[in-house]
Amino acid sequence: MSSSNWTTDFLSLLSRDITVTRIDTSPVIVWQIESHAWQRFAELAMLQNLRWAAGWAEQAQNRFLINSCFEKQGEYVLLRASIDDANPELPSQATVYPAANRSERHTQDMFGIRFIGHPDNRRWTRHQAWTENSYPLRKDFPVQGTPVGITAPDMHYPFIKSHGAGVYEIPVGPVHAGIIEPGHFRFQAVGELILNLEERLGYVHKGMEKIAEGRTPESLARLAGRVSGDTTVGHCWAACMAMEQASGVVIPPRAALIRGILAERERIANHMGDIGAICNDVAFVFAQMQFTRLRELWLRTNATVFGHRLLMDRIVPGGVACDLSEASCSLIKKDIVELRKELAEVILALDLNSSLEDRLYTAGFLSEDTAAAYGTLGYVGRASGQDKDVRRDTPYPPYDQIKVKVALETQGDIASRFWVRYKEIMAALHMIEDFIDQLVAGDIRSEWQMPASGSEGLGIVEGWRGEIVCYVRFDADDKIARFYPRDPSQLNWPALEKLVLNNIVPDFPVCNKSLNGSYSGNDL
Amino acid sequence: MLRILKKILTTGVVTERFSLRSHAAGHGNVDELEQLGIQVKRHIDKKFSGSIAIRQVDAGSCNGCELEIHALNNPFYDIERFGVHFVASPRHADVLLVTGPVSRHMQTALLRTYEATPNPKWVVAAGDCAACGGEFGVSYASCGAVSNVIPVDAVIPGCPPTPLALMKGLLELMSAKK
Repeated sequence: MSSSNWTTDFLSLLSRDITVTRIDTSPVIVWQIESHAWQRFAELAMLQNLRWAAGWAEQAQNRFLINSCFEKQGEYVLLRASIDDANPELPSQATVYPAANRSERHTQDMFGIRFIGHPDNRRWTRHQAWTENSYPLRKDFPVQGTPVGITAPDMHYPFIKSHGAGVYEIPVGPVHAGIIEPGHFRFQAVGELILNLEERLGYVHKGMEKIAEGRTPESLARLAGRVSGDTTVGHCWAACMAMEQASGVVIPPRAALIRGILAERERIANHMGDIGAICNDVAFVFAQMQFTRLRELWLRTNATVFGHRLLMDRIVPGGVACDLSEASCSLIKKDIVELRKELAEVILALDLNSSLEDRLYTAGFLSEDTAAAYGTLGYVGRASGQDKDVRRDTPYPPYDQIKVKVALETQGDIASRFWVRYKEIMAALHMIEDFIDQLVAGDIRSEWQMPASGSEGLGIVEGWRGEIVCYVRFDADDKIARFYPRDPSQLNWPALEKLVLNNIVPDFPVCNKSLNGSYSGNDL
Repeated sequence: MLRILKKILTTGVVTERFSLRSHAAGHGNVDELEQLGIQVKRHIDKKFSGSIAIRQVDAGSCNGCELEIHALNNPFYDIERFGVHFVASPRHADVLLVTGPVSRHMQTALLRTYEATPNPKWVVAAGDCAACGGEFGVSYASCGAVSNVIPVDAVIPGCPPTPLALMKGLLELMSAKK
């Protein structure tokens, strides 16, 4: 809960080293510091156990604003530094927070900002679609870019090498063997044992941040709903929350409850898909068939009640696009009773299955320390003892009206990630029932008010993968100036490189599925 | 083990079969699914000696289309019973099922996958992004529609297309092609 106020103590502690200017004009708490103190701040923040949550930049006239979002005990602070675009550099925070590593590399590629002392400043998001000295998110970079012919493959990315008797390399992807998203994995192995894994993502970079510029709120909500298709509700909600914060629009209570129902339905659908897929990756097809069946039934109810199987575009700026009738409410409740009964039978059968136990327990181990260091989120973090959940720690409507029980496991293996998902399904079923019971009559959408030029908002919600942070700044005339969505995958992907170590190569698919990062949400 | 067997038996076969009763819920219609399936099968039998191999390629999608393509293999649709298989390599494929706007970073990979697919081959662009660029369009990072990169034989619109729409799209492809 955000009752304990660490910010005051921390500010007084900082005042010995760093001058912090508090900007209270925006609805977001912004602490502005001098750029040279960027790293020093991170060091002090680390000592006080602040969590690094997100980082991004934006261009304003001839300056760059660099942002880092920190969290402690449910309270978020946005740290900001302004640097001259003639010499865009500042000390890196990734030296202190490994979680900031790829984010800073993304900013380096997109804005041409140098993070001094960064432990790994290879390019990340950039492959060969634009040249080394051009930066897509600068204002003078045209949306269309200057593509010349076919984009070359990224042949010369300097992967980490290893040498030695019996060590060999396995390159995998970007086109994988299954129906999944593209990305490249480079393994070094001895026999079957994985010595090292390096991820190379960025293949599905679609320039979302750039094409968001100049959009209307509604159009941005549509785009946000496609940051990662499986998290369409989560991202759309975060973006709308940020826009509503910027414009001062308060959504009606009924709309908040319906958003809650949508988000929990999305969580359940994805967790069911994942549990089935994890079992399938260890060749336990019974579970896959049962869970894909239950998921299909669940999606059909989505289509019947909300008009879309994956719930795309149901959340709009100011509220929701679809209402819930009495009949729909009772259909949803009836479904939940059914699902509980089915899950009880299927889960018991899985729990008592020794071959499944043999494959999932101890495999893909992620220690609590590593999980904390990388700031891992959602079920990945919670399976390794990271007791974080935005719905409980920073409750936003409608979660402020109910008690959110956070599923937690401490073993850190694939089985833990499996069980956290199961517990979250059970908790989410309860929440949907609570929201339906509390459903008040009234509007489902507030009238939109045009925000003042330059106003900003920070939307933070608990998507099914974990905390989503979304930043929005408006230009004049209701147009978007900056959109940055931070999918939980961005922080979870690096954990995969760690949790596969000392597992065998054939167990990589199940390790990967247990984490199930979004490629699209990461690459933007 | 007994629990597993019991659950399998009590669940029964949920695969939507050929029957005259219509389905109450507002999703696909059972008759339609089965009719479609049978037509698909007929075409596959005639043109591909009984089975068709699909290699799915995500060329930049948001992963929404992948979720629905996955659903084709769930027990309700069970598309394999009509002779439609998803394969792991383009070398084994008759059809490339491509989703997403083609991101520029995937352009070469898609071209190489296309080249690796033996002739005769068909390309199906699935989803609005693959059909016309969708929400992402053409930009410094995206080539837009799949047809901007490789020749496309059929298009299945939808954001994302439902499993039923995907089945229909495949059927249309097979009826159109000689």
